[in-house]
Amino acid sequence: MEAFFSSLVSILFHGLAFGAILYVISVGLSVTMGLMGFVNLAHGVFAMAGGYLMITAMQQLGLPWLPALLLACAAVAAASMLLERLLYARLYGAGELEQVLFTIGLIFVAVAVARLGYGTGPLAAPLPDYMKGQTELLGRSFPTYRVVVIAAERTRWGAMVRAAVDNRAMAQSIGIDTGRLFTITFALGSGLAALGGALGADLLAMTPTYPFEHLVYFLIVVAIGGLGTLRGPFVGALLIGVGDTACKYWMPEFGAFFIYAATMALLLWRPQGLLGRAP
Amino acid sequence: MPSDSSAAIGYGGSARLRPLELLPWVLAAAVYFFAPSYLPLGAYILIMILFALSLELILGYGGIVTLGHAAYFGFGAYVAGILAVRLSGDPLLGLAVAALAAGLLGLATGAVILRTHALALLMLTLAITSIVFEIASQWTGVTGGSDGMHSVPILPILGSFKFDMFGRTAYLYCLAVLIACWWLVRTIVHSPFGMALAGTRENDVRMHAIGAPVYRRRLIAYTISAALAGVAGALLTHTTQFVGLSVLTFELSGEVLVMLVLGGIRRIYGAFVGPVVFLVARDYLAKQSPEYWTLGIGLLLIFIVMFARGGILGLLDSLKGKLVRKTP
Repeated sequence: MEAFFSSLVSILFHGLAFGAILYVISVGLSVTMGLMGFVNLAHGVFAMAGGYLMITAMQQLGLPWLPALLLACAAVAAASMLLERLLYARLYGAGELEQVLFTIGLIFVAVAVARLGYGTGPLAAPLPDYMKGQTELLGRSFPTYRVVVIAAERTRWGAMVRAAVDNRAMAQSIGIDTGRLFTITFALGSGLAALGGALGADLLAMTPTYPFEHLVYFLIVVAIGGLGTLRGPFVGALLIGVGDTACKYWMPEFGAFFIYAATMALLLWRPQGLLGRAP
Repeated sequence: MPSDSSAAIGYGGSARLRPLELLPWVLAAAVYFFAPSYLPLGAYILIMILFALSLELILGYGGIVTLGHAAYFGFGAYVAGILAVRLSGDPLLGLAVAALAAGLLGLATGAVILRTHALALLMLTLAITSIVFEIASQWTGVTGGSDGMHSVPILPILGSFKFDMFGRTAYLYCLAVLIACWWLVRTIVHSPFGMALAGTRENDVRMHAIGAPVYRRRLIAYTISAALAGVAGALLTHTTQFVGLSVLTFELSGEVLVMLVLGGIRRIYGAFVGPVVFLVARDYLAKQSPEYWTLGIGLLLIFIVMFARGGILGLLDSLKGKLVRKTP
């Protein structure tokens, strides 16, 4: 019994840390997919870029951990802004297939660039000593996220994005600059993904195939939580984080089987996700 | 999703066989006689053409965007492998059983996932592939787990055509199966059923309004497509005598999608052009520098989406259109 409890605590601990990382990465995806209506399979690219850039900033520029982290996030957010203006913006009205293909193309490019720049092997993130007990910080960090999240969804910004998606012409005619709105929202989401990727560089190791490997998890988090909400991915990330850790701990022989099966069952029961609005 | 007129040329039209439609088979025969060292690659290309063709049926004609078609391809490959190891290595029996099994899986999963739309549908196709992958990777006693199944014993076709080491039999075998499946898909596409399927893609609200059974049409198409993908998977097992987990990956689903779009979607022959160009290019380039190959494919995909949605055949069509207009 005692062994059970100690394993339970350990699972909860690691699961919550994993969930927190998943949440920070996926929340931007929920906005682009749900609010802006863009099937962005390349979201993991931004998380990977965040992790790699942080490592570069620390090793090449010799920056300490925190400035390197912030620099990486800012760089990714800026780059994603450019991408959004140049490429993504052209496909807002396009079909799902075009968006899927375009973002898969983007993943391919990112994988190739990462391989050319960093080699094929996994790269360890050089964390500072005070971060070695990493789970502790992550465990503590997410009450803050939670506050931010619940606040953000009720803001004017959220309402504006939703308005711009539901009826772009109308939103524009009442003076909302929808193009700028989307760009900034997109950059924010990508910046958060970079933050998550960099913070989680220890949990989800940096490899060039990162955007492919973890894509399913990011998508599952968003899909089961509910698209277009900010609390949805929070619930989804915690469920997946703890559930996945528990499955791998107790029933390693089944691998990720239960996660996928549970996702399927949930999506069939509620295609719009747990907290999603009915279509 | 509205389609521009150039992309719409590929379906409808006359069901009569045009001389140009025989070109792929003439080329395939030419490869057999004049480039015998390319037969193993050729057989693989023929298999991927069949796989792309099965995807074309649901994606191009049915408008069902899936990221998990490898589930049926891989399922067919594993069924053929397990059947050969446990019961009988007869290839034709293997094809039939793989088609049946993959078709049943398509029917069962399709009945569930086709009730959803957009992202949920996309996610469910991913989840199904992942589940089949997990089963294949964990059920090591039967599937060989991550090692796969090596030297699967395959008997001669019809008891008399042995698979030779130069891949001649394998090539002709794949070619014969592809021709049969091509004819089937061609017939379906030109039939009233095919028209109705394209209708559900173009405007499913209107199809509902005129009383067409949209869901049932989609499900039938999905089942047929899954069965064809299963046949392609079984062909791979038969010709390589090997089944590994790579037949069930998301990467494979993505790759076949890329090949199809590269050739040109919403037309049967896009599924022929795409795999040939993609796989021949990969054979040359990927050996020299896999990084630049990946980079090139990524840039090419972005280019296609931005500027050439009809793929290679679409580009040829618009080129032809321009030439015709210039000479009145």
